[in-house]
Amino acid sequence: MERIKEHPILGETPEGKTVTFTYDGKELTGIEGEPIATALRVAGVMTHRYTAKRHEPRGVFCAIGRCTDCVMVVDGQPNVRTCITPLKEGMVVQTQYGASAKEQ
Amino acid sequence: MKVTRYDLIVIGAGPAGLSAAIEAAKKGVKPIVFDENAKPGGQLFKQIHKFFGSKEHKAKIRGFKIGEDLLKEAEEYGVEVVLNATVVGLYSEKEVVVKIGEEVKHFKGDAVLVATGAAENMVNFPGWTLPGVIGAGAAQTMMNLHHIKPGERVLMLGSGNVGLVVSFQLMQSGCEVVALADAAPRIGGYGVHAAKVARTGVPFYLSHTIKEVEGTDRVTGVTIAQVDSHFQFIPGTEKHFDVDTVCVAVGLSPMAQLLKMCGVEMVDTRGGFIPKCDDTGATSIPGVYAAGDVAGIEEASSAMIEGRMSGAAIATYLGYMTEEEKTERIAELEKALGSLRKGMFAPENRGKLIEKTDEGIDISMNLLEKGYVADEEIARFPGVTKRRKVHPVMECTQNIPCNPCQDACKKGCITIGDNITSLPIVDPSVDCINCGMCVASCSGQAIFLVEEEVEPGLGEVTMPYEFLPLPKEGDKGMGLGRDGREIVEVTVSRVRTSPAYDHTNLLTVKVPMEHLDAVRFYRPIA
Amino acid sequence: MLDIQGKLEEIGPYVPAADDDLLVCRCEEVTKGEIRKAVHQGITTIEEMRRYLRSGMGLCQGQTCGNMVKRIMAQELKVSPVEIVPATSRVPMRPIEMEIAAEDGGLES
Repeated sequence: MERIKEHPILGETPEGKTVTFTYDGKELTGIEGEPIATALRVAGVMTHRYTAKRHEPRGVFCAIGRCTDCVMVVDGQPNVRTCITPLKEGMVVQTQYGASAKEQ
Repeated sequence: MKVTRYDLIVIGAGPAGLSAAIEAAKKGVKPIVFDENAKPGGQLFKQIHKFFGSKEHKAKIRGFKIGEDLLKEAEEYGVEVVLNATVVGLYSEKEVVVKIGEEVKHFKGDAVLVATGAAENMVNFPGWTLPGVIGAGAAQTMMNLHHIKPGERVLMLGSGNVGLVVSFQLMQSGCEVVALADAAPRIGGYGVHAAKVARTGVPFYLSHTIKEVEGTDRVTGVTIAQVDSHFQFIPGTEKHFDVDTVCVAVGLSPMAQLLKMCGVEMVDTRGGFIPKCDDTGATSIPGVYAAGDVAGIEEASSAMIEGRMSGAAIATYLGYMTEEEKTERIAELEKALGSLRKGMFAPENRGKLIEKTDEGIDISMNLLEKGYVADEEIARFPGVTKRRKVHPVMECTQNIPCNPCQDACKKGCITIGDNITSLPIVDPSVDCINCGMCVASCSGQAIFLVEEEVEPGLGEVTMPYEFLPLPKEGDKGMGLGRDGREIVEVTVSRVRTSPAYDHTNLLTVKVPMEHLDAVRFYRPIA
Repeated sequence: MLDIQGKLEEIGPYVPAADDDLLVCRCEEVTKGEIRKAVHQGITTIEEMRRYLRSGMGLCQGQTCGNMVKRIMAQELKVSPVEIVPATSRVPMRPIEMEIAAEDGGLES
């Protein structure tokens, strides 16, 4: 999914600092301080986790930290709401299976 | 355990909470405002459309600008706002438990205002948990705060103001809205919001809802079908759309759990679980107040006034304001609130079918069922007049609280009067100077300038245009009707932008005379 | 006090429906059918339902499904949704790490 470069009301999108992070071992880039979920969406990632019982894919649903569907394992910590957690250089982001990252 | 005391603790830094804190701080109260989000302003910063109302309600100003002004005012009066501060508990002794960062802290207020706002309602259908099914709020957050498109092709479920406004915003962000569906038989939001979506070509499916969202790991399509009066699917009415996103906008519910926790008397209503409170938001516990959506869902404009009323009441409760001062201030605010709560969309009219305007004119049923006023219906409204010379055509057909057009015209061509829900009337004896201010001032984008015979066989239509890329003089495109159908090829003869128009550009197209009353939108030829 | 036995007789037995498999609580993955069945087993309040099926007990604490659970229960009990007794509101209103809750008050306590 692409970023909006120019908006008829909001004007040009301000530029930010590009940072590198990993998603399931793959190196990706995003803009520092934007929600992790935003950077993932730009990279085409829709599935943030698989549920515990039905093993169904889930992604961003409310985008404001309420529904907790977008939680992932971030820097080893599970249940991190990626829609409101700011992206930082070097973050390790992993798909969450149930309540943990998949066993290697 | 350490407990920090404040005159007033406000929970929620949205329009209601900030307004209350400002109003109280003006009188000398020392308030602190907690908000669980990283940024203050509640939902205001996602609102990029121009607000309705009159000058005192900040009409024709875009929501995010109102948010900026509110923050400035809060700073000016020394309102302390603590962000990333999640209130996890509220007790009847007005003790507030807040998680700030990695710590739980305790505060005690002489007064507490709960202004926690609302949460989105949801409906479930097969596939509703698939990545790509999102709330309308999520779409707004992605587009207007984080500058990404929620999807390429979107189906919107819900025709209330949120569904309509977000559909328009999706298109402004460059997404395609394939359809707008609602299980209700009639559109729930303002007709003008529906009309500006319909004229771009988005089909409305009323009495339709989602049967199934398809996809294995993300949304790839959606099937809607018609429902009967008992909301049961009618077989054979299925319509399929290839989409990557389904957006759900089916109403809001007050987030009043904190009020319940502290023991305030609550009442369960059709509009949600809300505290019992008086006009100033005073609940059953002295010193505990509620304002904004948490006390009953309305618009941000009314939330700001409710907040001010609570702020004045709290300042009085704490002894910073006399009863007389309070009575005067509350009366003033109540008047402003009263004018917003009038008209067809007044709280007491919710869910009712209104068939005539206050003026006694038949409401367009096409508008309620398809999103646009039919060509043969439009002439009966008082803002729609016919003249040879350039003049405004005001396609404002419902009694909604809004009057910026009246002040926009310096020549006095447009009249609404004291009742801001009245339909605008155009005075045919006044010469329009074609300044375009009325077009840009209309929050509903319902005003057009029309001039006949600018050259043999051709007239001109000037329309509000808030999309990119902005067409250029000489461009050719399709003239679309109110219903979004392609009518005739038109040529752009003028494009006006101005700071005074505030991003509502004025696009003038040359249209064959026989289509002058029908062309209301422009689509560039790809 | 609700006469549960009388109510259960009034509403009749649980009848399977085509959409019983539809998820209602996204967090704890509770279906409409499970909620409907639970009503026929004598669960009549939101609080009981939360404890019985864990609907609304997951990470989001029922923020998404709360109204839907209420509606389904009301429909099954043949009453208006406003008659369904809501859950108790208690601290913490939002999910909070045990580690942080345990440190409540910090050094001052």
